[in-house]
Parts: sequence; structure tokens; C-alpha cells
Amino acid sequence: MSKTVKLRKGLDIRLIGVANKIKSELVLPKTVSVKPSDFHGLTPKMVVKEGDQVKAGSIIFYDKYNEVVKYASPVSGKIEAIVRGEKRRILEVVISVDDEITYEQPQNVDISSMNNEEVKATVLASGFWAFIKQRPLDIVADPKNQPKSIFVSAFDSSPLAPDFDYVLHGKNEEFQMGLEVLTKLTTGKVHLTLNANVPADAVFTEAKGVEINRISGKHPGGNVGTQIHHIDPVNKGEFVWTVNAQDVALIGRYFKSGKYDLRKTIAITGSEIKNPQYVEVISGTNLNSILEGQIISDNVRVISGNVLTGDKVAKDGHLGFYHNQITVIPEGNQLKFAPTKGWMGPGFDKFSNSRLFPTFLLGKKRFRLDTNTNGEQRAFVVTGELEKVFPFDILPMQLVKAAITDDIDAMENLGIYEVAPEDFALCEYVCTTKINIQDEIRQGLDLIGEECM
Amino acid sequence: MKFLENIVHKMEPKFAKGAKLEKWNPVFESFMTLAFTPAEVTKKGAHIRDGVDLKRTMMTVILAMIPCLLFGIYNTGHWEMVAASGNRDLVFWADQGAKILAGIKVVLPLIVVSYGVGLAIEFVFAIIRGHSLHEGFLVSGMLIPLIMPADVPLWMVGVATAFAVIIGKEVFGGTGMNILNVALTARAFLFFAYPTSMSGDKVWMAGPEANVDGFTGSTALGDLATFMSDKPVFQNLEAYTNNYSFFDSMVGIIPGSIGETSVIACLLGALLLLATGVGSFRIMASFFAGGYIMGLLLNMAGGNDFLDLPAHFHLAIGGFAFGAVFMATDPVTAAQTATGKIIYGLFGGIIAILIRVLNPAYPEGVMLAILFMNVMAPIIDHYVIQSNIKRRLKRVKTA
Repeated sequence: MSKTVKLRKGLDIRLIGVANKIKSELVLPKTVSVKPSDFHGLTPKMVVKEGDQVKAGSIIFYDKYNEVVKYASPVSGKIEAIVRGEKRRILEVVISVDDEITYEQPQNVDISSMNNEEVKATVLASGFWAFIKQRPLDIVADPKNQPKSIFVSAFDSSPLAPDFDYVLHGKNEEFQMGLEVLTKLTTGKVHLTLNANVPADAVFTEAKGVEINRISGKHPGGNVGTQIHHIDPVNKGEFVWTVNAQDVALIGRYFKSGKYDLRKTIAITGSEIKNPQYVEVISGTNLNSILEGQIISDNVRVISGNVLTGDKVAKDGHLGFYHNQITVIPEGNQLKFAPTKGWMGPGFDKFSNSRLFPTFLLGKKRFRLDTNTNGEQRAFVVTGELEKVFPFDILPMQLVKAAITDDIDAMENLGIYEVAPEDFALCEYVCTTKINIQDEIRQGLDLIGEECM
Repeated sequence: MKFLENIVHKMEPKFAKGAKLEKWNPVFESFMTLAFTPAEVTKKGAHIRDGVDLKRTMMTVILAMIPCLLFGIYNTGHWEMVAASGNRDLVFWADQGAKILAGIKVVLPLIVVSYGVGLAIEFVFAIIRGHSLHEGFLVSGMLIPLIMPADVPLWMVGVATAFAVIIGKEVFGGTGMNILNVALTARAFLFFAYPTSMSGDKVWMAGPEANVDGFTGSTALGDLATFMSDKPVFQNLEAYTNNYSFFDSMVGIIPGSIGETSVIACLLGALLLLATGVGSFRIMASFFAGGYIMGLLLNMAGGNDFLDLPAHFHLAIGGFAFGAVFMATDPVTAAQTATGKIIYGLFGGIIAILIRVLNPAYPEGVMLAILFMNVMAPIIDHYVIQSNIKRRLKRVKTA
């Protein structure tokens, strides 16, 4: 049964710098990178060495503890560097890109001739498995598990997020093929959840073989976590897999063409971008060429992803594996005089979900927010504020406290299996006492992963 | 402000880690963060954060208390002059503002002692723990003078504040960790440690003891409570309401603790707290509802003049309104779940009136009721949380 979910809780943070619907063509970057840190909890086992030549689709490392899950190079070129951090942990594999991309030998990807197991094996062998994530734990899915359903969100509701209706417009065939692949991976349903606030593109509305649900309301309506909770919630012992909408199309493209072709469209957004717009890139691309001449001020933070869940990267850093946007906002590393710009000020420049600032009087005004924490960290004092932006039947503050205190029983009872750090991003945003809630939830999930899974 | 900023930048290295004044960094930071929102940027998780912080939240509560404070100053001066002259019809500006001056003379030292003692202790703990001053006491320090009797000796206030801050809060870990409301802990400490000077009729009016006929020097509530004893102050309820009308209680021209008497001032504060969302509407509303329900129940029981006191009087006299608006809503010590807040407030109100009427020894039931509910709040929350867990477990079976 298709469902229509109406959310009453949530928050749309109105930022300056929405991408205009203009798309610039692909320019091959000098380098791309694959960052093992994008796949939480992964211990990579390298297959290649520095200096090796790879093709697009060549496996470059695999999961040491789950060898069937492999990770491929998105381009052809030379392994330029394997960047290591503390304890020789691999942080990044940088590949310098050939002038023309060559692909691994096409193999049989004709889905009509395959059974479910063969489809799964093909996805695993190709390197596309990494696009499939699982709840609980919010990690790359373990192929040994049987998911009770697979969720694809047809829209991203986070601040300045790319519009998937625009990004995937006209890619009906690839997207449909991707969905078909997903249906072969589960005995349950594949849920595609559309934004009920606006009419969706035909690529989504005409999708076949899947359950189409609609969800209305504010962010985090577009988060799969919210959708799973309201449509087919995860209980202890169950698994749900999730795939990003654009990544579904990438998987579909592979099954149509046999090429590990990770060209995708991302949005360049944020108040510090001169012309916020869409660009076609290759997954893991170096940002240098994309951001050149686009950043209008000096003291900025470049974020791969959105402002709530993205990763801070250098101006010449690389796009994260799962990210569909780049956001550039000002750094907030200046003292702010309390009565004018600080905590005592009138605060017309601050976006607050509380009524302690006049945000609620300013209608649809968009804001230029910086990275200042706007206050110091404290113990939890204010109650009831997290609940306002957390549309789950879960008590957010109690769950966060359980995570902070490593209380496994309490976490299990309060619903840790259903949530991912990104579901708590808004809670973290509104928290008066500036607690790093996403990090606490991540640590809680890691503990659960060690002890209970 | 550029000038101030330069000073901060110049001072900062002296308090930095490894520098000479490292130990005093919490003190430096406390003052610095008062003038400036620090240059701290997000490191983990969300890259942007809401504008709101604990300083602004706490400052709003203090602002909400200003009407009570101002009226308290006036009322204190008023009763001091009434006690001296016996004339209750004094106009607002009697003797060129003598009332206000007299009030300031009483209230200001109380505020100074409360903040002085409390902040000194807070700073000691801040330095020991190596963090800057947490904002919780900024509110407690203002609440304490407002719930003191006018003539309480200053040293007692100091001792009570010290007790409340150390035993009531810091031993549990500081702001956000305490179980009991800090200000009420101070009041309860005085109540039980110095019962002879806190109860009765010595402390409620400032200045020399009343020697005018017809004035007991006791609070309106204290007078009412005597209905429960053999020797009531007033012959019957009518005599009481002739003396202190409902209107007097609403405005606050009745004797009582400094800041608690005026319902209108409390409601002004409530308005600000509710408009900004700092105070919980659930708690305030259910607290008043609980008190009113208990008042009605007692009316139904009836039997003497105190039991017969109309229920709406109960909400207007003593510290009921002040407690409901400023004390019960303390987010740290109240129940933390939405449903829990309603139960917490309801029982708080019920128990407050129950203690007030049926316990002859402590007519000020609001204080004890809120402290009791502070202790009960985690249990209430526990059951609310359990119901959430059960509801979510049921989902498995039906699915």
C-alpha cells in the first residue's frame, strides 16, 4: 500500500545560495579521490599501489572484513597517492585522471538473463555495492543480510539541496533500470518516496515495480530515515537498505552500458558562491576546477555535502562519495560583540528555531549563516526543543543521553536501530547547549555495532 | 568595541594553556564570553548552528523577573511604611518615593549577597573544573532574593545561597545536572535550618517590628493558615477578604516574600517566557489547573474558613503564581518529556494547595510541592519513556 505521510515537525533552514537551474558540462578534473573515510567503519585492503595504472571500474581496495564488498576507481589513470594518517590509516586514494577515460571490459550485465543472486554478484563485483547503505548502523550494507525493504528518497530536503527532479530529468531509463536492480536485491518492497509538497518529475512518478509513497512537510522529510520510520520502521534484527536517488541511476547506467561511469550532477551552493548552479562531475572529483573563480570571499568553509551533514574539505579537496552538492559558507571564527552581533544582539542576521530571535517574524527571508557555534557547549538544560524538529516517535533527548552514557539497553529500547546520525542533524542544529549530537549518535551506533550486531 | 576586542586579543595569550595565568582562564573566559560570543567554530557534525545559546535563554528569564523585582521593591517599601504608620491607604508616591527608596534599601543588599556569594562559589568550582562559568546561577541568583522575606538577616541569605549552590547543584556536577531547584533549595534550607526566625511574624516586613494595632506582621497566607488553628487572626473569611481582597492579591499589595506577591507581575513574566518559548506552557498551565482543582476539592469538603476559601484565591496568594511561572518551569529539574510535564505540573499544583491548607506548620506549600515534584520528575519521565518503548515494541507484533 502506498502511503502519504504528513509531517508536522521539522525545520527548513533558509540559506542564501540556492543553485540556479543551469548545468555546465563535464570537464575532466586533474585528480579524483576515493576516501575510505566516506564508508564508515571500513578497513580498506588495498589492491593497487602508488604508480599503478587503473581503468574506470578497476577495483582499488576492498573491505578487509567483508571481502566481497569492493571499491572501484571512478576514472582511468594513475594512482597518484595513497594518503595515510595516524597509525597509517588510509585517508584517501588519489588518482590522476587520463585525458580520455577507458573502462574495464564490459561484461554481461543483461539483467533479463540473470537471477537474483547473479544480480547481487554483479553489483558486488562492479564496485557499485558501496552505494547501498543499511539501517541500522548507517554503514555500507552487509550483503549477507536480507533487507526487508529498500528505500529510495526522490528528493533531498536539506538546506540548499539539489533538486533531484532537475538532476534526473530525462534519465528515466537509467533510473528505472536501477530500480529493477534493487527489486532483485530484496524479497520485500522497494519504496520510492516523493515530495508531496511539489509535483515530481516523470522520472519518479512513472517509476514501475516499486511502491510510490509521498511525504509532505519540512526537512527532514527528504531523509530516508524519516521515511523508513513512517512507512516501514526498522525493529531490532531487521535490515532496511537505502540508496540515494542519483546513485540508483548510476547503477542503472551500469546495467545498461556495462561501464563503471560515475558522471553525476551536483549543485554548487552557498552564500559565498558567485553563481550557484549545477555542474556535471565525476564522483570524487577534485573541486579546484569547479570552484575556481566562484568563491567570493576569503574566509570560507568548503563543505562536501550540505551544511548539516557534509564534510569539511579543502578548496582543492575532493567531493565525497555520497555527496550531491558543494556548499560554501563563511567561517565564523571572529569574536562577535554581544550587544550588536553576539548573544545579546537583536539577531536579525541569525536563523533560530526558537522565538528568542526574530527569525519567525522575517517570513521567507534567506540567511547568510557562518560556522560560528553561537555559544559555548553546556550540559543539556533546555527541554522540548529537540522534539520540535524530530518527526519520529522516538524521544530524541533521552536517546542522545543514552548514547552519551553508553547505555546499550536504553539505546536499544529508545530506538537506536532506526536512526542515523543525519536524522539528528536538525537536533544538533537547534540545540541551545551546542552538544555535538550527530557525533554522539555515531558513537552510540558504533557501540551497538560492536556489542549487538 | 574594536577597543574591547583588542584587549581580549591582548589578554588571551596570558590565559592560554601553559601560560602564567592558565589557572584563571575560566574567569577570563567567563567575562570575555559575556561581552563577546566567542570565535568558536563548528568542528563536528552540523556546520551551522542555531543562534540561540544558554546565555540568551537565561537572560530572557532574568528579564521576565524584572516586573516581579520592581513590584517587589515597591511592595516591600509599602509594607515597611504601613507597619510603621498603620495607614494602608498610602499613595504610590507617598513621601516623594520613600517607599521605593525603602524597598531598594532592603532588596538591593539581598541581591548583592545572593549574587556575590553564589558567583564566588561558582567561580571556585569553575576554576577547579577548568570550565567557564555556567549560566544557571544567573537566574538562581535573582530568584533567591525574590523569594526571601523582607527582613531576613543577610548572613542567612548568604549561608542559604552557599548551601543551595554547593549541595543543591555543584556536587551533582553544576548547571544542568541538579535534581532540586537551586533557589528553592536555598529557601527550604532557611525554612528548616532557622525555623524560629523564618516562620511566625518577625521577618515579613522590613524595618522595626510592627507595633500598630491590627497588624500581625504576618503574610496574608500566614493569616489564612491560622483559620486551621484555634486562634484565627480574622474572625471569618469575610473579615479576611475585607482586609486583603482578591484584587489586592492580583496586584500584589499584600505582605509576603519580596517578589512573589503580585500575580500581575508574574503573569507579565509568564507572557515573556511563553512568547519566547523559554518557559513551558504545559507546566505553567497544568500547575495552575492542579491548584485550582485542589482548591475546588477543598471547597467541596469545606468545614472551616480556610477550606472554604474560593479556589481562585489560592492561585493569587502566597507564592503560587511565582512558583508556577518561575520555579516549576525550571527545565533542568522539571519533567523533561511532553506528557511528563503535564503530569508534573498538575501534581505540583495539587500538592501545593494540599500542603498549604492541610498542613498547619508550613503554609507555604508551593515551595515544598515543587521540591517534591523535582524529586518525582525522573519517575514521571521514566513511566512516560516506558510507554513510548512499549508502544514501539507493539509495532513489531502487529507488523
